[in-house]
Amino acid sequence: MDGVAASAFDVARIRQDFPILSQPQARGRPLVFLDSGASAQKPRAVIEAMVRCMETAYANVHRGAYRLSELATDAYEAARAAAARFLNAADAREIVFTRNSTEAINLVAHAWGRGVMRPGQAVLISELEHHANIVPWQMLRDERGNELRVCRVTDSGEIDMEDLERKLADGRVGLVAVAHMSNVLGTVTPVERIVAAAHAHGAKVLLDGSQAAVHRRVDVQAIGCDFYCFTGHKLYGPTGIGVLWGRLEHLDRMPPFLGGGDMISSVSFETSEWAAVPAKFEAGTPPIIEAVGLHAAIDYVSAIGMGAIEAHERALVDHAMGALSEVPGLTLLGRAQDRGGVFAFALDTAHPHDLATLLDRVGIAVRAGRHCAEPLHARFGLDNGTTRASFGLYTTKEEVDILARALTEAREFFK
Amino acid sequence: MSGLFDDLRDLYQEVILDHGRHPRNFRRLEDADATARGDNPMCGDRIELFLKRAPDGTIADAAFQGRGCAISTASASLMTEVVKGKTAEAAKELGAKFRELAMTGACPDCGAALAEDMERLAPLSGVHEFPARVKCATLAWHTLNAALDGTKEASSE
Repeated sequence: MDGVAASAFDVARIRQDFPILSQPQARGRPLVFLDSGASAQKPRAVIEAMVRCMETAYANVHRGAYRLSELATDAYEAARAAAARFLNAADAREIVFTRNSTEAINLVAHAWGRGVMRPGQAVLISELEHHANIVPWQMLRDERGNELRVCRVTDSGEIDMEDLERKLADGRVGLVAVAHMSNVLGTVTPVERIVAAAHAHGAKVLLDGSQAAVHRRVDVQAIGCDFYCFTGHKLYGPTGIGVLWGRLEHLDRMPPFLGGGDMISSVSFETSEWAAVPAKFEAGTPPIIEAVGLHAAIDYVSAIGMGAIEAHERALVDHAMGALSEVPGLTLLGRAQDRGGVFAFALDTAHPHDLATLLDRVGIAVRAGRHCAEPLHARFGLDNGTTRASFGLYTTKEEVDILARALTEAREFFK
Repeated sequence: MSGLFDDLRDLYQEVILDHGRHPRNFRRLEDADATARGDNPMCGDRIELFLKRAPDGTIADAAFQGRGCAISTASASLMTEVVKGKTAEAAKELGAKFRELAMTGACPDCGAALAEDMERLAPLSGVHEFPARVKCATLAWHTLNAALDGTKEASSE
């Protein structure tokens, strides 16, 4: 099985699909791009699809009764269908295009949080959340009084399921909003168990799949959640487009998020009637070219196979665990059993910012700081932040080794 | 032996590494008469600066607390050393010249009066080649201005 996946997955050939990976860097070194968790590089298929859209089939959607507008509308709706297949959604109308995951979460916080949830209901998040899945709920709390509960994370960086149960027990939680994979710890959370626990106590579940959807096959029906979101630019697609999936019955009940054109069925100065889902949530001209790019990205990873990508990344994660554990003075944040290709670490002699400057000098791109997860760093006592290496499908074992060697030398440099 | 990062010794001179590891005046001044907090929200660097003025208005003592990278810590450490004995105006003037040094690598109009102080701060001039790191070097000086002006908070965005 492993042999089949490995032989089907040719990382050298895949790297040729990404023009930026062969761009010469300063000082002639090859680019070692280890910041895909922040935003991934783009394959030629995505770049060309977007150019082709603009050169041959571009107009506004859902408006003009002319051929180009129909072509653009078809392309936009085809992207919706592709996103639905990618998540195994039951119905393409359950796919709402947003600007990114942040906007998708804000959409739920507004339209579900303010429109459907009662003020007495609580929202339950976890300590490992990205700021995008913290701040919208704080805003909801401050505006409407919905209590915000925070589920603990264990020392190994996993969701504390006992604490989750405790915080659900009184039945007052209306929504559980957690990441499917941590952008700092790499932890893949046990979403089926979280959904089962939440539903048993009458709570709905929103999963932030910004990281997970890139690394794993996601089946929203099998997971059983109520909302799921991801963003295009981490999935090798363009910036400016994200996806919110929600169960049709939920989306139907929710009031609109933004008002404007395209989201109404009729408007007078006295009143307006909302369009049907998903148009109700897509006010104004949507990201048309970006939707075409996202479609190409979904086709690209689907042709390789999410299973093959996952197998490649599992091997890479195992390799990285070994290589990084041999770097003296390095402390890895999080030791989850089930984890993906995101590694945040502290080096005993070097501040993350200084370390990133050194690594950049030799062509290694990593992120330094708190990765939009300040409470999580506080939880682990790392107020100085961490340095983070995150992998994409084009990442190689050799790149991991280059990083490990550079870290060992950087430690000596600052000693 | 030549190392992978040898050419970064211009940025991380021994003085920087030393002050980064062992910052001088790294303490609270309980009897401070001016304080300010400086934040670099981009990287999370944070310093709290304490100044004690002499009866004639000059800076009698300067100290700081906080967290940050080697460059921001070293810059704050060096700053607390060089501003002692200066009037507020002289300290601000020096800060303006230092920011020029950090951004361009040189300060052609610094003049003889500042020569000695600028020489002390010169090891930080290497940051001008690293635009993302200039703010690390200038955070302490922004915070000094805030303390002297009584605005309490500075941000090096």
